[in-house]
Amino acid sequence: MPGLGTTFGRGGATTFPQDLVNSDCILIMGSNMAEAHPVAFANVVKAKERGARVIHIDPHFSRTSALANLYVPIRAGSDIVFLGAIIRYLLENKAFFEEYVLHYTNIATLIREDFRDTEDLDGVFSGYDPETGTYDPTSWDYERDAEGRPLSDPTLQHPRCVYQIMRRHYARYTPELVEQVCGVPRALWQQVVDTLVANSGRERTSAICYAVGWTQQSKGVQIIRTAAMLQLLLGNIGRPGGGVMALRGHASIQGSTDVPTLYDLLSGYMPQPAALLAPGEGTRRPRSEEVQAPVAGEEMRPVGPSQQTLAEYIAAVGQKTGWWANLPAYIRSLLKAWYGSYADEENGERSYRFLPKIISDHSHLATSYAMLDGKVRGYFLFGQNPAAGSTNARMQRKALAQLDWLVVRDLYEVESAAFWYRGPEGETVDPRQIKTEVFLLPAAASTEKEGSFTNTQRLLQWRDKAVDPPGDARSDLWFVYHLGKRLKALYADSPHERDLPIKALTWDYERETPEPGSRILDEPDALLVLKEINGYYARSADGKEYCLREASHVPDFTVLKADGSTACGSWIYSGVYPAPERNRAASRDPSGYTFPNWGFAWPANRRILYNRASADPQGRPWSERKKYIWWDEERQQWTGYDVPDFPLRKPPDYTPSPGATGIDAHSGSDPFIMKPDGKGWLFAPSGLKDGPLPTHYEAVEAPIANPLYHRQSNPVARYFRDRPDNRLAAVGDERYPIVATTYRLTEHHLSGPMTRWLPWLNALQPALFVEISPELAAERQIRHGDEVIISTPRGEIEARAMVTRRLRPLRLNGRIVHQVGLPFHWGFQGKTRGSITNDLTHMVLEPNVSIEEAKAFLCDVRPARRGRR
Amino acid sequence: MSSRKREEAEEATAARPLLVKTLQEVADEALEIGSKRQPFSAESRYKAPRIRDARVVHSVCPYCAVGCGLNVYVKDGQVIDIEGNPDSPINHGTLCPKGAATFQYTVNPSRLTRVLYRAPYSDHWEEKSLDWAMEQIALRVKETRDATFVERLADGREVNHTLAMASLGGATLDVEENYLMKKLFTGALGIVSIENQARI
Ligand code: SF4
Repeated sequence: MPGLGTTFGRGGATTFPQDLVNSDCILIMGSNMAEAHPVAFANVVKAKERGARVIHIDPHFSRTSALANLYVPIRAGSDIVFLGAIIRYLLENKAFFEEYVLHYTNIATLIREDFRDTEDLDGVFSGYDPETGTYDPTSWDYERDAEGRPLSDPTLQHPRCVYQIMRRHYARYTPELVEQVCGVPRALWQQVVDTLVANSGRERTSAICYAVGWTQQSKGVQIIRTAAMLQLLLGNIGRPGGGVMALRGHASIQGSTDVPTLYDLLSGYMPQPAALLAPGEGTRRPRSEEVQAPVAGEEMRPVGPSQQTLAEYIAAVGQKTGWWANLPAYIRSLLKAWYGSYADEENGERSYRFLPKIISDHSHLATSYAMLDGKVRGYFLFGQNPAAGSTNARMQRKALAQLDWLVVRDLYEVESAAFWYRGPEGETVDPRQIKTEVFLLPAAASTEKEGSFTNTQRLLQWRDKAVDPPGDARSDLWFVYHLGKRLKALYADSPHERDLPIKALTWDYERETPEPGSRILDEPDALLVLKEINGYYARSADGKEYCLREASHVPDFTVLKADGSTACGSWIYSGVYPAPERNRAASRDPSGYTFPNWGFAWPANRRILYNRASADPQGRPWSERKKYIWWDEERQQWTGYDVPDFPLRKPPDYTPSPGATGIDAHSGSDPFIMKPDGKGWLFAPSGLKDGPLPTHYEAVEAPIANPLYHRQSNPVARYFRDRPDNRLAAVGDERYPIVATTYRLTEHHLSGPMTRWLPWLNALQPALFVEISPELAAERQIRHGDEVIISTPRGEIEARAMVTRRLRPLRLNGRIVHQVGLPFHWGFQGKTRGSITNDLTHMVLEPNVSIEEAKAFLCDVRPARRGRR
Repeated sequence: MSSRKREEAEEATAARPLLVKTLQEVADEALEIGSKRQPFSAESRYKAPRIRDARVVHSVCPYCAVGCGLNVYVKDGQVIDIEGNPDSPINHGTLCPKGAATFQYTVNPSRLTRVLYRAPYSDHWEEKSLDWAMEQIALRVKETRDATFVERLADGREVNHTLAMASLGGATLDVEENYLMKKLFTGALGIVSIENQARI
């Protein structure tokens, strides 16, 4: 989540839902928390009972809105205008938390002279290359002295300080613009501003909760960043009742980002090494012979400093100052964990070469185009169902049919396993035309294996195993482990250098003794895997080597070394299993406000991140009411209700010496320890592909032209415009005048693989529907309960009409814009079936994270002829 | 109790000779519920919740990322019930409809229990052994990797990867499973498109 990572330093929620009870105001936007995260929402209700104000801003009135003090209907896709206008208000009225902002953010820092804003260049920042549709971010950097230290102006008068740049950037984000673009009357917007301001400061804190209503937009990262900046300005980060609560959607989606199954990351947010072009080569179109196995993303030619060697990689992605100065220890420890004794040679350089280098966008959606073009031969699906669950699902099904082989691991026969003989109603599928060889392997349920999930608050919780999985169902751990063993055997005698990584890979997770009472005798030992993730001492001081099984655990990441003597699978998880018999993910003592002995929260079991900011620059609590972490003068250390997110003994008045590096380069009042300058980033001098400040662009499909710039939508999003299977509606296209948004129901999960086979849940939510306002229904002669057809340039689907006031037409610049909303849980398999909502959505990718835009697109709705009652 | 009701009660117990009890006996067996002693019929008296004597296994809800704690009740090697864990500081025993349906997610006649295989251009599934499937998959991976592995691009940049295989999924799996997937697929085989729902 680079929106949070770029602003604060880490890509996880800054707080935990149970702390919301301490909030004085909770703003929920881009999330229907009551229905999508119901049990976490109980904390919001509790906060409200204790007097907190709850605000819900959403195109769709839901149970969240019903329980809020204030509900604000808004046009899908206009979030940055709404929030940007609040930022403008705070800056113009000096209504921000001045002492907090001056000390803890980069508001006073100067930006380079050659930086140009979107206001200067009609919707793009300096460094934009129209040919490649990408930015060179060099000009966004800080103005620096000869030693490379950033310059600043604490009086905030310098025209190139962040404060003045932001003032100019947001000058046109006025309440009038909010009315025009968001469809929100200014009085209502002002109510939100007043509530936030009244509930932030020394004595009070406000929290912001969001979910994929923000993420799934073509500028999703920048929306999240706007919220993060707002929280910095209001002084709500690192404090009880404050924070940005990212509500994630799957049991371990945070875990699969931390210990990533993502193409561009290694564990603990180290980037996957890339084979980048030297700057200047970027605009040249690739010659076909350059790329031996070209991918669909080949038009993208990322440039940057070389990462061909480990030394170059560290120079390119590491930092001299701040916590990331420890990157060499973390990458060496990862290489050691993966390649054992091979990782010792040549300072790790040799094993670094084993890591594959990325050359383009190899994300799921970009890869599906490569698949469609026949460039991907084999595919694994682990509990994921792109045939119904991924955007532009029809295209996904076509892509699966181009594969040579496909392995599906699931509990049920999901759409992605059945695509070769069945499709949605009206789509004929002829198996004789489909070559894909399909292996459908039964998987174990979460109760049938042990292991940990990392939840939305970065908390690892261990599950014990209840029973064996049925029949030939196995855990995914079993599958991957035994596949690895078989491959190691197949490659054992290979003389080829390129097969060396397979031979070098450490791969022994055998149980010492089979699990008592289990009929599965070859299940690998999940605890041993957790030990490797936690880290261990691989070499003792006298040079003796220890393998995973016999080595001692490291207590935490501070002992990791860059000399190959420690191994660690994911440094941010280090400390989860600090000693044998001490699996902290399985600790189950619920006592205490932050319940520090229930599970283990990365990093270092901290529950609220950046909590140094809960004290003032001198280390005193901002107020008695909001006391959390403070400097204990007597003991000369930080103390409080949580693990301090700061060097324990660094006093508040510490000033770094000029040449200091690493964490020592930060002063005693720099709470954002991951950032090179220790500050929260209002302005992001690096780290984002689409600009240093959030800017309003319309959704890729929008009913109105962008009133701010000629640039209609995100200039660096990836559009795939030339793909016939990804047609987009133009602005003002009369065939598709209605804004559509999608959402989750409480009773179903995703495209349904975990819920549509369950009679209990199907009884509660049996069918797909589309929510339509009475006004639109009257216009289209649709009655409640009718079958209707929803169409987009990608396709048409059928659903039952739910005519309801939960959606309401908005007035934009004197014009009425209708919105409809649909859940997306159905498909052609399972015990309840229905149209696939994702057949409607397009595939345009957000530039930082390659996420699609499912939360705002255009459609039309008309009555279906058949099925009329 | 009125005398008429008492007669009725006596009649009722008399009608079932095996369970004949005096009213005093019934009162003795009354259970304390709340602050009051409540009379229970003999039948209720000997009833016990299904989960009595079941083994309790600690688990976590497999659906959304709130991470509600679950108690899984196991008797005779079978999961017989799944409820919210009252000790969890996250859910205090409560669950939403999905979490409360976890039982049916795991104990469900529609679940796959055997490997199904579909040959190219075939119109039907065939049941196969797990061992056969694992060996075939390993062979496919090796074949594909050997045919598509790229050590260097034409301009000399070293990449050591294959773009011809991909993997999707992980957000519903365990941390340990994700770790091994990335380690094997990326670390050993050089597959780069290892992706999950976090992207969606
Ligand atoms: S019970 Fe509901 S709220 Fe709790 S983790 Fe499961 S799905 Fe989420």
